[in-house]
Amino acid sequence: MGIQRTGVKVSNQLRDSSLFRPSQSEVDLYQHDMEDFLLDSAAEPAAPHQNKLLLCDLLDISGVLSEAASAIVDDSFTRCFKSNIPEPWNWNIYLLPLWCLGVIVRYCILFPVRVLLLTVGWIIFLGAFIPVHFILRKHDHMRRKIERGLVEFICSVFVASWTGVVKYHGPRPSRRPRQQVFVANHTSMIDFIILEQMTAFAVIMQKHPGWVGLLQNTVLESLGCIWFNRTESKDRHVVGEKLRKHVIDPESNLLLIFPEGTCVNNEYIVMFKKGAFELDCTVCPVAIKYNKIFVDAFWNSRKQSFTMHLLRLMTSWAVVCDVWYLEPQTIRPNETPIEFAERVRDMIAKRAGIKKVAWDGYLKYYRPSSKLTEKMQQKFAESMLRRLRTKTSDEDLSTSME
Amino acid sequence: MGNTSSMLTQYDIEEVQSHCKGIFSQREIISLYERFCILDRSGKGFILEDEFMAVPEFALNPLAQRLLRILEGVNFKEFVLLLSAFSPRASFKEKMEFIFKVYDSDGDGKVTTSDILGVLRDLSGSFLTEKQREQVVIQALDQAGFSSGCMLTYEDFVKVLVKANLKMEVEVPVD
Repeated sequence: MGIQRTGVKVSNQLRDSSLFRPSQSEVDLYQHDMEDFLLDSAAEPAAPHQNKLLLCDLLDISGVLSEAASAIVDDSFTRCFKSNIPEPWNWNIYLLPLWCLGVIVRYCILFPVRVLLLTVGWIIFLGAFIPVHFILRKHDHMRRKIERGLVEFICSVFVASWTGVVKYHGPRPSRRPRQQVFVANHTSMIDFIILEQMTAFAVIMQKHPGWVGLLQNTVLESLGCIWFNRTESKDRHVVGEKLRKHVIDPESNLLLIFPEGTCVNNEYIVMFKKGAFELDCTVCPVAIKYNKIFVDAFWNSRKQSFTMHLLRLMTSWAVVCDVWYLEPQTIRPNETPIEFAERVRDMIAKRAGIKKVAWDGYLKYYRPSSKLTEKMQQKFAESMLRRLRTKTSDEDLSTSME
Repeated sequence: MGNTSSMLTQYDIEEVQSHCKGIFSQREIISLYERFCILDRSGKGFILEDEFMAVPEFALNPLAQRLLRILEGVNFKEFVLLLSAFSPRASFKEKMEFIFKVYDSDGDGKVTTSDILGVLRDLSGSFLTEKQREQVVIQALDQAGFSSGCMLTYEDFVKVLVKANLKMEVEVPVD
């Protein structure tokens, strides 16, 4: 059972959040924007007013309570992971039979055809991949070329199995003499398939259980994919090294990274992890936007398994999306990797028409660092100390005047 | 979660509305119900501590633990009643009752000096020493005319905070 599958498992994880303390670099990453975001919204401590009782200011916790209540009523983090439930349109005497007809067509005609297509595609793929993988052991360059072509083929079959209508904009990714890395916003694992059908990328992913894991160990391994475990905080350093090695190697496949680190619902984009931006190479941003009218492609990994997600896509009419390959960016001389990440995130958000949020996607799995609470506590403590000091200086003044 | 507003009948909405004394509009109650269902991930009918703490903005709040004591495990009707203190339409009395409830952790109708110290501890964290905190509380009580060992009642609270500029309004998003 994957960690993301059941809600109960996740809440257990939250209870053990001390095990998953964020590393310093992760805290730095979101603190940069978070501080501005929070300090702007934090209630200003009451200015010391001569006629206002200290007790009044002390007991007035209305500002802090309102912030908490506001978070309970609505918060921008939970909104990032809200699945869009389509409005039912079959509420009418003649729309209902039309919808029923649509269901029959989708489940009884389209679905079997798609399953057939997928099966045939897989037979062809495995029939070609397995022999090539073993026979051409010695001729690496040739083998890789064929394997890349085959992976692009099977991804096209997948896309066809959901009737994927993908419009690609911008120059296609190509190998250049300069070292480069591709970054994209993340909505579902199908992002990878959609980009992969155009170019066989090597990708950095979390290891999954089940049949996906099997695919990861065999096919994706041959592409040069890199694995990580998001619950291991030490893992970050090891993975960073692997990324660097991969980018430098001229024989390796183009590398694709999803810096959000988790699937977000394609309306919002969460903070980017800076790992992809400190590799000393060009970053090529890719923006993906799904058209919700046809199907909501957001994979809520807590609510459904990937298999269920794929089945849902295969029983929908189509998956329509736009992919924009944006202008490659390099880090500017006075820019930190975090600022660079923000700049690229801004580009992708603008192009895809999605809203930026100052939260770290990993907050899905652990609680926020106490540093941010401490900042608020510090502000309050200082205002109280100021009141103490003015009070004592007032008293000195009045006693000296007597 | 399916289409959640269809799980609330008109009767339910009116019952909840009269329970919170008509402070929230029916649209706001529907919106709060959708939010309640999102927070209550397993559909039990009440929200657990972990589910509240999964909202990072809430988990960051210094008074989160105190609010959890009040909000945890309540059903939707109570949830709406508790949050009604934050509506712009709530009266001063309702807001005061909520603030008093946060301070009065044992619910006996009296707020002791240690209750006030406790809230101050949450608000200031490690940035004030225990001695400084006691100093602030004693000085504040003294200035207002209370002796340091006394217990404040709800009426005392009202007397002190009537001059305060309470910033206690939260807007419920309605689509």
